[in-house]
Amino acid sequence: MSSEPTNKRTWPLYEVFVRGKRGLNHVHVGSLHAADDEMALHNARDVYTRRNEGVSIWVVRADLITASSPDEKDPFFAPSADKVYRHPTFYAIPDEVPHL
Amino acid sequence: MAEETEALEAQFDATVAADRRIEPRDWMPEGYRRTLIRQIAQHAHSEIIGMQPEGNWILRAPSLRRKAILLAKVQDEAGHGMYLYAAAETLGVDREDLTERLIDSRQKYSSIFNYPALSYADIGVIGWLVDGAAICNQVPLCRCSYGPYARAMIRICKEESFHQRQGYELLLAMVNGTDAQREMVQESVNRWWWPSLMMFGPPDGDSPNTQQSMAWGIKRHTNDELRQRFVDMSVPQAAALGITLPDPDLRWNAERGAHDHGEPDWAEFKAVISGSGPAHAQRIAHRRRAHENGAWVREAAQAYADKQAARVAGKGAAA
Ligand SMILES: [Fe+2]
Ligand SMILES: [Fe+2]
Repeated sequence: MSSEPTNKRTWPLYEVFVRGKRGLNHVHVGSLHAADDEMALHNARDVYTRRNEGVSIWVVRADLITASSPDEKDPFFAPSADKVYRHPTFYAIPDEVPHL
Repeated sequence: MAEETEALEAQFDATVAADRRIEPRDWMPEGYRRTLIRQIAQHAHSEIIGMQPEGNWILRAPSLRRKAILLAKVQDEAGHGMYLYAAAETLGVDREDLTERLIDSRQKYSSIFNYPALSYADIGVIGWLVDGAAICNQVPLCRCSYGPYARAMIRICKEESFHQRQGYELLLAMVNGTDAQREMVQESVNRWWWPSLMMFGPPDGDSPNTQQSMAWGIKRHTNDELRQRFVDMSVPQAAALGITLPDPDLRWNAERGAHDHGEPDWAEFKAVISGSGPAHAQRIAHRRRAHENGAWVREAAQAYADKQAARVAGKGAAA
């Protein structure tokens, strides 16, 4: 992601992901600035988990994230759009067959 | 080129019309981006400046319980500022730059924080009325068309409910206390009621940007609609405290199913928002001082990070 070069160095941007409780995935909750990874973790704890919102935090520098572009959205996700047979509803099963 | 822009614009309009969210890297009209940056930055600045009137009372809290509560609330407001600066940054602005614009008075914050907190009753009234008005404004923003702003507002609204309840509970304790305490509460409400009504912004007839913001799905209700909702909610709450709201025109209108109320002093509002409030210069000077006094901490953290990184790189090279 683009960030303009400035002469006064600002701390890099980190994206923050929090696991709300055991058994759940980490979910993106926001971002923050920190001088290094360790400080990013501490800041994330203070900013995003003041009320037991998490049991685990991931921080990652925003410039290290590779993302799909929304402009390419259609072709990029097209391969999954025409494969209706990947969904259980594609298959017609008689109503009287149980547990299926 | 024009055709391409038209197609993008049509896609944007369709997303907003379908009540779906616009995300940071989607195409958006320049005006939409500019409006959001201004609004989110102003909102973030309000959270940050808003720590001052209350922070000033932390050391004078009447009990350890009240001190812990006030400390937690003020810390939340700092957190709200952080969520909102993060949301603003997704629109391509730099956080450092927003801070500069605040302390150079090039961007505004809510007029309410230019009023001083003069007694501990003010801490209760700020929680009840000021956070209460903020909640009225913010709940509809949870459905704002811009995804990062809406998500920040959801987090904020969850936390605001504690802010309002702690304030109201404090006032309940005071009105059940001595006559002098009840008078303190009434005196405080007399000062904060009108500034709280001003938090919803100018009347609809004098709010030229409202229509466009509503068309873009940034705003869901007009200023006057939200102000009315706040008045209607506050009346029974005031009654339960046994205090009087300082508006001689305030009365139930059965026909409308709502309270009629007087108009805030809009000349005062205009003066206060453009910086002539009693506390404006003090607020900005304090924010500037905190920023400048923190410079060495930011530099030291950066130097430490650089040193650690160099050490790791050195180890890699030696191995
Ligand atoms: Fe807040
Ligand atoms: Fe609050």
